[in-house]
Amino acid sequence: MSISQIINGKRVIVKKPELLAPAGNLEKLKVAVHYGADAVFIGGQEYGLRSNADNFTLEEMAEGVQFAKQYGAKIYVTTNIYAHNENIPGLEEYLRGLESVGVHGIIVADPLIIETARRVAPKLEVHLSTQQSLTNWKAVQFWKEEGLERVVLARETSAEEIREIKEKVDIEIETFIHGAMCIAYSGRCVLSNHMTARDSNRGGCCQSCRWDYDLYKLEGDQAVALFDENDDPFAMSPKDLNLIQSIPKMIELGIDSLKIEGRMKSIHYVATVVSVYRKVIDAYCADPDNFVIRKEWLDELDKCANRDTAPAFFEGVPGYKEQMFGVHSKKTTYDFVGLVLNYDKDKGIVTLQQRNFFKPGDEVEFFGPEIENFTQVIETIWDEEGNELDAARHPLQIVRFKVDREVFPYNMMRKGH
Amino acid sequence: MKKPELLVTPTSVAHMEQLAQAGANAVMIGEQRYGLRLAGEFSRKDIIDAMDVARKYGVRVYVAMNALFHNDKVDELGDYVRFLSEQQVDAIVFGDPAVLMTVREVAPHMKLHWNTETTATNWYACNYWGRKGAKRAVLARELNMEEIIDIKNHAEVEIEVQVHGMTCMFQSKRSLIGNYFEYQGKFMEVQQVKYAKGLFLYDKERDNKYPIFEDENGTHIMSPNDICIIDELEDMIDAGIDSFKIDGVLHEPEYITEVTKLYRRAIDLCAENREQYEEEKNELFARIEAIQPTHRPLDTGFFFKETVY
Repeated sequence: MSISQIINGKRVIVKKPELLAPAGNLEKLKVAVHYGADAVFIGGQEYGLRSNADNFTLEEMAEGVQFAKQYGAKIYVTTNIYAHNENIPGLEEYLRGLESVGVHGIIVADPLIIETARRVAPKLEVHLSTQQSLTNWKAVQFWKEEGLERVVLARETSAEEIREIKEKVDIEIETFIHGAMCIAYSGRCVLSNHMTARDSNRGGCCQSCRWDYDLYKLEGDQAVALFDENDDPFAMSPKDLNLIQSIPKMIELGIDSLKIEGRMKSIHYVATVVSVYRKVIDAYCADPDNFVIRKEWLDELDKCANRDTAPAFFEGVPGYKEQMFGVHSKKTTYDFVGLVLNYDKDKGIVTLQQRNFFKPGDEVEFFGPEIENFTQVIETIWDEEGNELDAARHPLQIVRFKVDREVFPYNMMRKGH
Repeated sequence: MKKPELLVTPTSVAHMEQLAQAGANAVMIGEQRYGLRLAGEFSRKDIIDAMDVARKYGVRVYVAMNALFHNDKVDELGDYVRFLSEQQVDAIVFGDPAVLMTVREVAPHMKLHWNTETTATNWYACNYWGRKGAKRAVLARELNMEEIIDIKNHAEVEIEVQVHGMTCMFQSKRSLIGNYFEYQGKFMEVQQVKYAKGLFLYDKERDNKYPIFEDENGTHIMSPNDICIIDELEDMIDAGIDSFKIDGVLHEPEYITEVTKLYRRAIDLCAENREQYEEEKNELFARIEAIQPTHRPLDTGFFFKETVY
């Protein structure tokens, strides 16, 4: 299938990639879908790689699947641990459960889980996880012959390598476009096991790669420091992935699914990142030959970033500028302060759930899939009973105030520092 | 009682001969273009010579092709496999399915050992790769004794376990040592330091030293301790584990030879004269401790450790 066609004298993209978003809980799932994700990946109570995340019960998954269906969106469940013997009992029941609630597919690394799913839950699509660190077309060919519908490539593959894989093997390709990532080949790092006795390949990773170390060289039995007193310590913390500038190239390569990392991230993060990539993909597909990245999209992404970002391997082998030394995070410039529940068009009054402190006089920004971003200075704030408040102080408190332009449920309100 | 094979890693052809004399049954060799974290670099010429040594001593030769390959090397895998097949090496060690596919095409009778270092964690996966063509699975180092024996009890393939030496904790494609030097502005020193020997990362909180090095496959970080279970071999010998590996990466040849001799004695005793083994095993351990480099403490790896997640 060709990527583009000429329609009415204008080239348009007819093979639009899936935008795949993370969700750590049901609320985030709904936000991701509402903000434009074509598919969402979530974790269950077992067999996933974020044992610290909220993760979904089967009932929540069922609700998530039903919600996504209204938007034509799909739900995938990460079941990408490398299992130990003790994880085998219970697996069949777990996979049958996923199939029964209508989950579309699972993301898997261990052949145990691949073959068990085929046997007991054949309706589930099976996607090979990046934990397998797939880096060449011949390995992709192997997994295609094993009957997998899709593979997620290693973060270490370049644009040119993806082009060759696409040419040689007819299988769906999913690649990461945004978010945190391992600095090691995924699945080939057991730092956590050694340093904290937590199994990284079963969801226990404690990100030891992001700690500081000192680099020495042994001369005989003497350790000689390879840094000066005032130097930043040795670090191997990668900047977060950000491929917004490469989306056109990725679409032209025919990549089938563009994936955002971050099941542990906030709903504000998910909403912001999903909405920006939604706009980029839609704008490019509608008119690829006149497409330019708009500065407001880049600014928007920056509003939810808590680390510096870089394009990593897609655009070549990353050097020291794509790593972070001496700093571990950057200050976010915006706080997420409220979620729109309702808007009374006649009175121009919003009903909103408080997510962070704000008060009359604050300048806030609204954003969401139905609206262009706009700022608003908050005037009087009332509670649900109509009592005037000096500020919106309480988490999840329902408040009302005047907003000049129309806003919609799930729109978000953020405030600069 | 069945004796497990004693598999070791020579640093050179000459060293391989010493290891054969020290009692090794098999060696793993190769070159970094295709293999990961080898004790020595063996060119094609060296492999031909190694096969002579192997025939002289009745030692099996396994060649490492366990790198993660990118497209650029895929097309040359066939030529290397064909060469290894012509030399009649005993097995190819692989992790990347591209190697499996290549062997099927050009040397379908070649034996394969599945070794990804970290992902052979359950018996089902071992048997899966067995059904795909592997004769042996090399278990992840992060398993405990109970898990290892349970895998062996369910395995349809040979099971190899590392019993001695350091293990890999981390592999990145990035040039992490070089990048650190560039970040410090020491551009002139990058090439020199990147491939320097004896580099380690110091972890203050744990007071650990992790060896680190770069090669064609990226940056590798190794465990702070050497596994040594020369005095704990009973259960695995009783369970019929097929191969015990001593990994000598980053160790001196003399050290590897001495350790090989001691494990030879330990395995023979444990299999043939259990009482004598029980009597001597502490002494065998002490003899390894005596030659241990000062910056390399011994431990028992994950054999007796609880891991959570």
